[in-house]
Amino acid sequence: MSILINKDSRVVVQGFTGREGTFHAPQMIEYGTNVVAGVTPGKGGQTHLDRPVFNTVAGAIKNEGANVSVIFVPAAFGADAILEAASAGIEVIVCITEGIPTLDMVDVWNFLKTTDSRLIGPNCPGVISPGEAKVGIMPARIHTKGKIGVVSRSGTLTYEAVNQITGLGMGQSTAVGIGGDPIIGSNFIDILELFNRDPETEAVVLIGEIGGSAEEQAAVYIKEHVDKPVVSFISGQTAPPGRRMGHAGAIISGGKGTAAEKMRVLKENGIYVVENPSDIGITVKKALEEN
Amino acid sequence: MKIHEYQAKQLFKQYNVPVPEGSAADSKDEAFGIAEKLGYPCVIKAQVHAGGRGKAGGVKLAKNSSEAKEYAAAITGMTLVSPQTGPEGKRVRKVLVEQGLAIAKELYLAIIVDREAGMPVIMASTEGGMEIEEVAAKSPDLIYKVHIHPSTNLSGFHTRYLAFNLGLNKAQQKHFTKLVQNLYRLFLEKDAALVEINPLIITETDEVIALDGKINFDDNGLFRHPDIAQMRDIHEEEPLEVEASKYDLNYIKLDGNIGCMVNGAGLAMATMDIIKYYGGEPANFLDVGGGTSEERVKEAFKILLADPNTKAVFVNIFGGIVRTDLVAKGIVDAIKGMEVKVPIVIRLVGTNEEEGRRIIEDSGMNFITETHLPDAAQKAVTMAREV
Repeated sequence: MSILINKDSRVVVQGFTGREGTFHAPQMIEYGTNVVAGVTPGKGGQTHLDRPVFNTVAGAIKNEGANVSVIFVPAAFGADAILEAASAGIEVIVCITEGIPTLDMVDVWNFLKTTDSRLIGPNCPGVISPGEAKVGIMPARIHTKGKIGVVSRSGTLTYEAVNQITGLGMGQSTAVGIGGDPIIGSNFIDILELFNRDPETEAVVLIGEIGGSAEEQAAVYIKEHVDKPVVSFISGQTAPPGRRMGHAGAIISGGKGTAAEKMRVLKENGIYVVENPSDIGITVKKALEEN
Repeated sequence: MKIHEYQAKQLFKQYNVPVPEGSAADSKDEAFGIAEKLGYPCVIKAQVHAGGRGKAGGVKLAKNSSEAKEYAAAITGMTLVSPQTGPEGKRVRKVLVEQGLAIAKELYLAIIVDREAGMPVIMASTEGGMEIEEVAAKSPDLIYKVHIHPSTNLSGFHTRYLAFNLGLNKAQQKHFTKLVQNLYRLFLEKDAALVEINPLIITETDEVIALDGKINFDDNGLFRHPDIAQMRDIHEEEPLEVEASKYDLNYIKLDGNIGCMVNGAGLAMATMDIIKYYGGEPANFLDVGGGTSEERVKEAFKILLADPNTKAVFVNIFGGIVRTDLVAKGIVDAIKGMEVKVPIVIRLVGTNEEEGRRIIEDSGMNFITETHLPDAAQKAVTMAREV
């Protein structure tokens, strides 16, 4: 088992024929992901990477039964691409695109609440269920099938954590990058809920960063609802206030959103907190042994 | 992106948000000329991005010509040191000269995006003129908030809620409502991340006027606002950060001595954290990005080495999309022809890592390669101490 995506997912790539889509889609296909179609407006009827191209997401659903989409379009068209996928009835939308304006995401986020679609991202590495499907841009070979769920606001730091987990002989059920923007489709709690329900996930790694209060809310949720051990790391313990650390969402403002505060609340709620990022794997092992 | 108060007020004017009469000046003579034209009392305000200007002597009320002359000379060109500028302070290159107004009441007004609620929130308070964080800590009941759902937009009930809670009379309510509507329009149309007026004043004749103004913009929205993008003042930024931004490098200068080059923002922060964990101090945050090229790696390296505080460099690359062999080539190329006096610790993991390491080792240059993150970090910390 896994969450969000598996070998039965029928994936449509939005921005299929563009540079990013053309670079990443073949790697998804090579991994065994069932990529059934692509969408590029104006290029409907063509074939790209041996897959049919459609003008609209609705066309890809009607003809190929797509139920998962991954978005690689430029930032200016990101919101529109998400709205199109949700309006057409895609179940899981994974938006890789970085740089979508926050106010565009305000509209998207509030519209999504009126639909059954689930959005992962934007500005994220995507989702991988090792051995089943990869819908995103992460390096597949560091992943291995297993029982650890990973949820993270960051990209390469997730790879670092996954690499440590794999290196210690454990694997992942699913690794989810939820994205580094202020407004994202799914937060920690949404994904924790799925991992908690997934019979194959035995422990969860939560990788947060400075900014906002998503980690604090997750901590309270974990205490009340999650019966599996959770190991967390918060990046940005040394970040100065008022400076945006790469991600639009990673900023300490008005004394709020500091790593220290997040780590305190996580600890207080019975969650393993790792201070040294190279200890994530070992701590997962310890958590499994103790529980 | 941040802009100056005088620029924020230009935008306010464009959107019919009332501001005191006045204009900006580049020299003390120009500032004095504006003051003479406006009449007295008038206010001379240093234009720097940092807060805490008043306490730092950057804001003065002149009651007559001689005071105006004195303050214009004192503030123009001064180095303003406030808790937000750091000990080196910021040079004042521009001042704003405005008419002094008789204040009956000071309010606070701001608009930001509430990330948890997924929509903008307008906040107002009767405690204008104070640090809002202080108000939030001491008397949170005095901050009134309305969230604006995109499907209702700003509606009459929102502004009524604020106006009644602020205790405004009928004439004040009318002016306040109009101001909030215009300010919200500005917020949406210009992709602002924060609009703050503190204080928003009520005059003795019930007018509502933005005595101060602060606007931050969403960097992701700047592509559709060339008029805003050109308000950027590079004098307010670290020269090395300006240089980095030319190459789309995400660089933030810090106070330590270990230069860091990492791909990905999360890993870059975690790398700073691990350096600190082992007792070192990072000299910077630097994310070379996901789709980084040899060229960018080269420029990144130049920037790290241009910081005189750098005593050691720590390269931590987890190759996913990025091929580590290309990063290795970029580093070797950058170093060629440069006189490098600091030790360089390199950790390359992921795509093509063997090839990457081979390039580093075959370069004949004095690099230290490590595979394990804690070993690499500790080595960088030790070497920075020894230099």
